Amino acid sequence: MIELLDLTLANAPTEAPRDAWGNALCDLGDRHTNLVVLDGDLANSTKADTFAKCHPDRFYEMGIAEQNLIGVAAGMASCGFVPWVSTFAAFLAKRALDQIRVVVAQPGLNVKLCGGYTGILTGKTGKTHQSVEDIAVFRAMPGVVTIAPADGNELRAAMTAMMADERPTYLRLTRDPSPVVFPSDYAFTIGESVLLRNGSDIGLISTGVQTIRTLEAADLLAAEGIQAAVLHVPTLKPLDIEGILAIAERTNAIITAEDHSIIGGLGSAVAEVLAEHRPTRMRRVGWQDTFGESGPNDALLKKYGLTAGHVCDAARAMLN
Amino acid sequence: MTTTLSMPAPGPQGLDIATLERLSAQARRHVLESVFTAGAGHIGGPLSATDILVHLYFNELNIDPANPRWEDRDRFILSKGHSSIGLYSVMAMRGYFPVSQLATFDAVDSLLQGHPCMKTLPGIDMSTGSLGQGLSPGLGMALAARKLDKTFHTWVMLGDGEIQEGQIWEACFVAGRYDVDNLTAILDYNGLPQFGWPDPNGYTREEKYDRPAEKFRAFGWHTVECDGHDHASIAAAIAAAKSTKGRPTCIIAHTIKGKGVSFMEGDFNWHAKSPTTDELAAAIDELTGDDDVEKAA
Ligand SMILES: Cc1ncc(C[n+]2csc(CCOP(=O)(O)OP(=O)(O)O)c2C)c(N)n1
Repeated sequence: MIELLDLTLANAPTEAPRDAWGNALCDLGDRHTNLVVLDGDLANSTKADTFAKCHPDRFYEMGIAEQNLIGVAAGMASCGFVPWVSTFAAFLAKRALDQIRVVVAQPGLNVKLCGGYTGILTGKTGKTHQSVEDIAVFRAMPGVVTIAPADGNELRAAMTAMMADERPTYLRLTRDPSPVVFPSDYAFTIGESVLLRNGSDIGLISTGVQTIRTLEAADLLAAEGIQAAVLHVPTLKPLDIEGILAIAERTNAIITAEDHSIIGGLGSAVAEVLAEHRPTRMRRVGWQDTFGESGPNDALLKKYGLTAGHVCDAARAMLN
Repeated sequence: MTTTLSMPAPGPQGLDIATLERLSAQARRHVLESVFTAGAGHIGGPLSATDILVHLYFNELNIDPANPRWEDRDRFILSKGHSSIGLYSVMAMRGYFPVSQLATFDAVDSLLQGHPCMKTLPGIDMSTGSLGQGLSPGLGMALAARKLDKTFHTWVMLGDGEIQEGQIWEACFVAGRYDVDNLTAILDYNGLPQFGWPDPNGYTREEKYDRPAEKFRAFGWHTVECDGHDHASIAAAIAAAKSTKGRPTCIIAHTIKGKGVSFMEGDFNWHAKSPTTDELAAAIDELTGDDDVEKAA
């Protein structure tokens, strides 16, 4: 467990993770000549187009054919390239799932699966494009590392760590600008969770960009005199079991929060750990077994129960 | 005849047609014996593909069985992965592993899994088994070769039932766009998938629904037809594929499911099932008789 206790939301700049991803890919491409990017006709949405501009000779357009996209990446990986495959997570994690299983996960090929537009904030595209079950899918797939960074800085650090690692990896990306709280010199360690707030009244465990809203919740609770610990779990697999148990030990009450279905995602993962090692009261904030819809971001977060206020409500309900 | 059985020397072997035919018969025998030993496995598809596999591994592929991960090797993907035992039999004879190991087909901890796994068995260039997936990695390898300035060629064997899968046509479309001429698909066109389309005349596919060469050509591919059980015809098709520049080739190899054993030929019931002791003896009698290449060697 890494400790970063002084991160603050006050005056945090914002950055769209997809922009951070596109830029970081260019930088990684400068350093690694075996890095190639394969796109499914969405480069201007995912920001793979940034890479297409800086390394046109290593950008492969694969068209609207996601199953083939995965297969081509596997073939290139078998010849020593490190393909970063990019499309929307909704299509990557479901439409090309059997391909990922058979030619990436089972042979253990070094393909980086980048799923854009995850969670509820997908630019008014609605339920066909919102990916609510991608963590569940990849967590259940043997051998696939699963990472959901909280902000642009953590994303950049995670990508550097991914390039130094040879395992197939799913990277969960989001679309819209959000606060950047991680330091720019942050070093990401795959499998390590990050303690962002110390506190013993309740433990808030979150992943991905939902961690930003969880930090906000912790600050709101602190103003009410409730001291919450915040554990950010960017690696859903392999899971930092010790980190989760340490928070449960300290607080005896756990809330999980994620922009993903509560079935199969972080909430399920934490529940499995606690049930097996240290039964602890818990509640899961996240999508309640439902598909979404299109709408403005604030309205969606509110309707689907993902705001800082919802995390606070769950905490208060548990403490009462 | 001086056929030696383990033939691990690198590169194409330049064998004459009589020798190739003898190796094909022996490979078919291994298929049947292995499936019999395992008590399960596919027969119809492996027997249909045998001559092509023998031809590729002995006379065409630039490979080194002693160094299966050699970077410059030609790549081969058995997209119709259920024909694994056909490939394993030929790989064993080519010297990748001892022929005796075929007896472990489908057993726990065996390198010879029901469907080919590149992580398990050195010499397998891509894991397959879920139909429709092999052509895309083949395209990836062809693009990789181009990027690396390497001259290796990538071969992908498809089943005619398999190409019902949409991903095949995704790969065809994209391969056409990239003008890859270092990629060749070989369609094992035996006309019978596993169960097929029930109709009053039995289970053979009707020609009017099924013109694979036209489909491949529509995606910009070059096509050539051959008799997939005639080594001279296979050799000519391979030469035509390799001399075609600027686009990929699909070889439509006309084959017979269950080829080589009279009572298995053209019968979908032999797609996957284990022969009885008597059936095995009768089949071996037809295939090789007393001419056991391994014992002769
Ligand atoms: C995606 C997928 N669907 C179904 C199967 C089951 N299956 C295995 S072989 C086969 C028939 C294949 O027919 P064909 O491609 O013509 O092969 P061949 O006749 O040469 O054996 C089927 C349906 C599979 N392995 N993968």
